[in-house]
Amino acid sequence: MRGTFVKIKSQRDFFSGLMFVVVGLAFAYGATDYAMGSGARPGPGYFPMILSVIMAILGAIVIFTSLTIEVEGGDPVGDIAWRPLLIIVLAIALFGALLPRLGLIITVPILIIVTSFAGKEFKWGGVLIASVVLDVFSWLVFVKGLNLTIPMWPSFIAG
Amino acid sequence: MDLLNNLALGFGVAFTLNNLMYAFFGCVLGTLIGVLPGLGPVATIAMLLPSIYSLDATPALIMLAGIYYGAQYGGSTTAILINVPGESSSVVTAIDGYQMARQGRAGPALAAAGLGSFFAGCVGTIIIAAFAPPLTELAFKFGPAEYFSLMVLGLIGAVVLASGSLLKAISMIILGLLLAQINTDVISGVPRYSELPFTGISFPELTDGIGFVVIAMGLFGFGEIIANLGMPEEHREVFTKEVKGLWPTRKDFQEAWPAVLRGTALGSILGVLPGGGALLASFAAYTVEKKVAGPNGRFGKGDIRGVAGPESANNAGAQTSFIPMLTLGIPPNAVMALMVGAMTIKGIQPGPQVMSSNPELFWGLIASMWVGNAMLVILNLPMIGIWIKLLTVPYRFLFPAITLFCCIGTYTLNNNNFDVYMTAIFAVVGYLFYKLKCEPAPLLLGFILGPMMEENLRRALLLSRGDWSTFVTRPLSAGLLVASALMIIVVLLPSIKNKREVAFQDAD
Repeated sequence: MRGTFVKIKSQRDFFSGLMFVVVGLAFAYGATDYAMGSGARPGPGYFPMILSVIMAILGAIVIFTSLTIEVEGGDPVGDIAWRPLLIIVLAIALFGALLPRLGLIITVPILIIVTSFAGKEFKWGGVLIASVVLDVFSWLVFVKGLNLTIPMWPSFIAG
Repeated sequence: MDLLNNLALGFGVAFTLNNLMYAFFGCVLGTLIGVLPGLGPVATIAMLLPSIYSLDATPALIMLAGIYYGAQYGGSTTAILINVPGESSSVVTAIDGYQMARQGRAGPALAAAGLGSFFAGCVGTIIIAAFAPPLTELAFKFGPAEYFSLMVLGLIGAVVLASGSLLKAISMIILGLLLAQINTDVISGVPRYSELPFTGISFPELTDGIGFVVIAMGLFGFGEIIANLGMPEEHREVFTKEVKGLWPTRKDFQEAWPAVLRGTALGSILGVLPGGGALLASFAAYTVEKKVAGPNGRFGKGDIRGVAGPESANNAGAQTSFIPMLTLGIPPNAVMALMVGAMTIKGIQPGPQVMSSNPELFWGLIASMWVGNAMLVILNLPMIGIWIKLLTVPYRFLFPAITLFCCIGTYTLNNNNFDVYMTAIFAVVGYLFYKLKCEPAPLLLGFILGPMMEENLRRALLLSRGDWSTFVTRPLSAGLLVASALMIIVVLLPSIKNKREVAFQDAD
């Protein structure tokens, strides 16, 4: 089928190629900040620049194939699972932000409760039990057992 | 009989109660952290480094070594049961191991991994003892050009292995190499890519590079969790609950033992080469097994050879990767780099002189590996029942727990929350890769080999005064590059290309 516009034959490949090109160009732009050096005395920008150019070229080829080679069903990217994606990412970021301030004892239940909302079913009973069990487990294994330097108590209590 | 005398000395050291205890402790801890996704040996050994100040050098290194190869056992367990490779070298084990678990054959997969690893560990130990001196000379012959070409070969192996588009797999390697450029340039000391353009905001944490654990957890741990949760209930990639027969069948044994032999041989060789070790060994072994199996294989659909081969190879590789570390002081991977650090803490200068100046450490450590491997089989095989119990935990309890362990793991990498935020970013990237069908394994390999590749490329160019032909005029280097080119050509042959596509059809 020939249209007046170029038709994307594989959505997944098209966006993959786009991603590679963008990353390649971005790293190439960044590499211009560093000395290239000469072939005999390569500088810090030498290897990144070569890689960036290869990356952009490969990306362009991926885009080209996505526009020319027919793929059954158009290989759509499909629906994005926004709910688990956002909740999990939020939970990780929360953990990073809260752990130094509230300590493991409070951060673990918060992480477990927030993360559990990403699942299809959420039952307070199970989630609360899991929070307590994992809280004690983390304390036993990571703080007591492995002796990791993780803040256990909130900074306003531990001082 | 030097070998027997050396081994006798080694076993004399390893069989003292104190050293047995530390070997056991290391193995238990290694298995535990191998099973816990995201908490790998690199993080654990790094965390334990301060605690070895109070220990003697020999028990300290015996314990740290136990953590490393113990994690190879434990890492395969999580790879098989929950598709989260506890260890980078178990990435390929997850492909067929997890498929076997889904078909209710987790038991045989775990047994193949455990017994294969034990066999490989025994052979690896003997190889270190017998061949450490001559093999050192082989490694001595490698100049920067050879290292570079060797890494090219390793990366091409990963391309052949990746499912889906070859072009995208190569792109992912390059992407991995690029991400590894975010660091401080080793030669000039210039920090690279640690500043956000136009804004002037800089991240001093990035001058040490992005942690491998951060990328692995984001892409493999979290990307998978999000993808699983996004799937309709019935398609969710959770292991099946019925596990029929824990012991491999006769047919399994027949299929697995040649794979174990091949994996052990390959792993032993690749482990010695700098830049190799357990990771390269397992990737290469998987590629070999898939090629050997040909169209009759059920690779990507739960072939026991896809578990037995790589698992034997990574254990053999883990053992023999001690050779360059012990004899040359060159760490072939991150764990060995930490071992070098541990030796320095204990006042031992790593290098060729260790074998003669600290023979009881050198041979004691080697003998303890055999002891440790025996302990691990006893620890793991009877305990497979416990791992199987993990299968019955519903996913809604499992994924918050995995998230928690990954978060704690990343936080303790450097004891700051920057790594945690980076992991959150890579969780998004991991999901993006999943949606775009971009295989993350080649990226990871590229990322690990990136800094070494750059260093050797630049050294080789320095030595040849900018002449790129140095890579093809040096015979060893040329041979490695020709082998890489052949691999690509072979995969591009139409008949093999079709088979490759069939093999991976259901792997996704």
